Amino acid sequence: MNDVRTVYLDHAATTPMVPAAVEAMTAHLADVGNASSLHASGRRARRVVEESRETIAQALGCRPGEVVFTSGGTEADNLAVKGLYWSRRAVDPVRRRILASSVEHHAVLDPLDWLAEHEDAGLELLPVDDQGRLVPDALAASIAHDPGSVALVSVMWANNEVGTIQPIGDVVAIAAEHGVPVHTDAVQAIGAVPVDFAASGVDAMTISGHKVGGPLGVGALVVRREIELTALVHGGGQERDVRSGTLDVPAVAGFAAAVEVAVKEQADHAARLAVLQHRLVDAVRRAVPDAVLNGASTGSADERLPGNVHFSFPGCEGDSLLMLLDARGIECSTGSACSAGVPQPSHVLLAMGRDADAARSSLRFSLGHTTTEADIDAVAAALGPCVERARAARA
Amino acid sequence: MRSPLRWGRASSAPARRAHDRGAVVKVVAAMSGGVDSAVAAARAVDAGHEVTGIHLALSRNPKSYRSGARGCCTIEDSNDARRAADVIGIPFYIWDLSDRFHEDVVEDFMDTYAAGRTPNPCLRCNEKIKFAAVLDRALALGFDAVATGHYARLEPTADGGVELHRAADHGKDQSYVLGVLDDRQLRHSLFPLGDTPKDEVRREAAARGLLVADKPDSHDICFVADGDNAGWLREKLGDRVPNQGGAIVDEAGEVLGEHEGTYGFTIGQRKGLRIGRPAPDGRPRYVLGIEPVSGTVTVGPHERLAIERIHADQPRWCGTPLAPGSVSEVTVQLRAHGDEHRAVVRLDDTGDHVDIELLDPAYGIAPGQAAVLYQGSRVVGSATIDATDRVSA
Repeated sequence: MNDVRTVYLDHAATTPMVPAAVEAMTAHLADVGNASSLHASGRRARRVVEESRETIAQALGCRPGEVVFTSGGTEADNLAVKGLYWSRRAVDPVRRRILASSVEHHAVLDPLDWLAEHEDAGLELLPVDDQGRLVPDALAASIAHDPGSVALVSVMWANNEVGTIQPIGDVVAIAAEHGVPVHTDAVQAIGAVPVDFAASGVDAMTISGHKVGGPLGVGALVVRREIELTALVHGGGQERDVRSGTLDVPAVAGFAAAVEVAVKEQADHAARLAVLQHRLVDAVRRAVPDAVLNGASTGSADERLPGNVHFSFPGCEGDSLLMLLDARGIECSTGSACSAGVPQPSHVLLAMGRDADAARSSLRFSLGHTTTEADIDAVAAALGPCVERARAARA
Repeated sequence: MRSPLRWGRASSAPARRAHDRGAVVKVVAAMSGGVDSAVAAARAVDAGHEVTGIHLALSRNPKSYRSGARGCCTIEDSNDARRAADVIGIPFYIWDLSDRFHEDVVEDFMDTYAAGRTPNPCLRCNEKIKFAAVLDRALALGFDAVATGHYARLEPTADGGVELHRAADHGKDQSYVLGVLDDRQLRHSLFPLGDTPKDEVRREAAARGLLVADKPDSHDICFVADGDNAGWLREKLGDRVPNQGGAIVDEAGEVLGEHEGTYGFTIGQRKGLRIGRPAPDGRPRYVLGIEPVSGTVTVGPHERLAIERIHADQPRWCGTPLAPGSVSEVTVQLRAHGDEHRAVVRLDDTGDHVDIELLDPAYGIAPGQAAVLYQGSRVVGSATIDATDRVSA
């Protein structure tokens, strides 16, 4: 395609690295040193890792020793749910129930399915309302049914597809009554809404580097010190003996720098995104009057991520629309996962009570730190004709 | 003539024609993950077209890896197609047509076997999926043509139409499975490999840095994962009534054996009859007839497979149709990679039925297969074989 300006509106998939992260990372790319080695080079590497750990702890309201570096969000989610399940079951074999929202990311849902299939876990996916928000009463009823048999609860902080912020406070309060540990996937929340690990009361929290302006391939599970976790990756025992593998020092440094910036600038960033979000929602509604906004209403910082705009376009295939917009340089997502290479209707929208047709007709635009008004205006100009085309293709 | 296709378009402007000399058109290149469609896409780019690669997801439950020499329908094939698009430098998407494929091709395949006939799913896929569902969608989305890696040639005519011809490489020619495409479909098709021998295409793929250059050709039916046609049919049709077994008889009606379902047989089949007793003359026996309602399969010697006349229906014309009531001299091909037979073809007055008189006998011709009509190298059209007349003794 010729010189089409790229309008990148897929920040929830990955967002460009912020300059501070690039600087922190590149500063260490050529340094020799294994953070586990005892000599001077090893100590230098170790120092970078530990300073990064402290930076992240400071930004997220946890203790440095509670940050377990991983290869990313997916590994952290796996470590949390499998590690918690196995360690809790080891203490009391009755604990086999896992309660999770039905709109979790696949990095949580798939390990839970695996545990149900191979490790005798009883998986209960809890209902959400039509905006994708967990129904706390359903969680309360599910735990109360037999509190002693619950291994863990996992509820994401904010949904990656429709941006709905989950009632984590309610979840923690309900689980705490019965002493059940809570894991939350906060990958989409960091930098978008205020997140304080200790104050939240959760026991384990997943974060990811590349979603907050840091590098790909690094993340962490923040996990309270008194929580027992069974390791998934065995080896040198580098991270609290629950996660082995030589640490990627430059990536860890870049990750920490990004988290620090994201948290420091969270309020300003969210305010700026909210304005752009509002502008985009308006533009979509003007271009396509029958488009349906999915998720919580925009403009409420407690209910929806400020960077998320998610619409269904009746009569369209989201895939066709994505391709037509892509040809015009506009990059977004259908938000649906590919199952075996074939796009499937989003489990999130289905859980919200939408039918498969509505789910297949959806697009997610996710805004981030590089998004401008010009980007929004480009969508406004392109969307109407693209929707018209996509509708004709389905007729 | 019936026109089963809808040609929805987003704008009233006609699509630019793919065969106008020097015209730059927007092309969807259907990429299976094999070498042919990859080179076809690359050549469409070289011709100056604006090309978008697509891979058709046709299976509801694709396997992760290929088993055997198949060239589509697995995640690995989809990844191969994606990688080829990267190398060529074109956008790439997956289009999910698994539901349409199941309805129009897989179910037709099962129904045809259940009726005691022998389907050709590749032909059906071209007619209903690649050059219909895909083409419709492409045109509606603003594209002008679909390019594939089929070995066949399209030649523009003086009056602005287009003719379908056999590929230059007769050994690789695939015009038989394209004989169902009508004028409109052909005008929006591109077959960039029609002039080139297969080994040259492989060399070109290697020279272009396409890693699929040495990938084996696909032969089997793509949705029968392990190539075990009989096993697949047994699983799908084993419980369908009628078809729950019956007798294998000779032409005199003497019962020679039993079978589990007529779906396991094709006219002309020799292997797998599992008849205990040899024929009195010691010569092999072949399937001569299949009667799904009674479950009777009739077998006999090879010479009884000879036919001299074919009754066919559902004609499809590749360009100018034959006139109803007309009589024409043609050659006819009766199976993929089969021989050509000289024939006289009569189209009845309704234009719906084709009577094909063979000037030399053909053997083992199964109802359900297509009779594709040629004049020289040009494909005139095709019709589905409904019944055949044996050479009279």
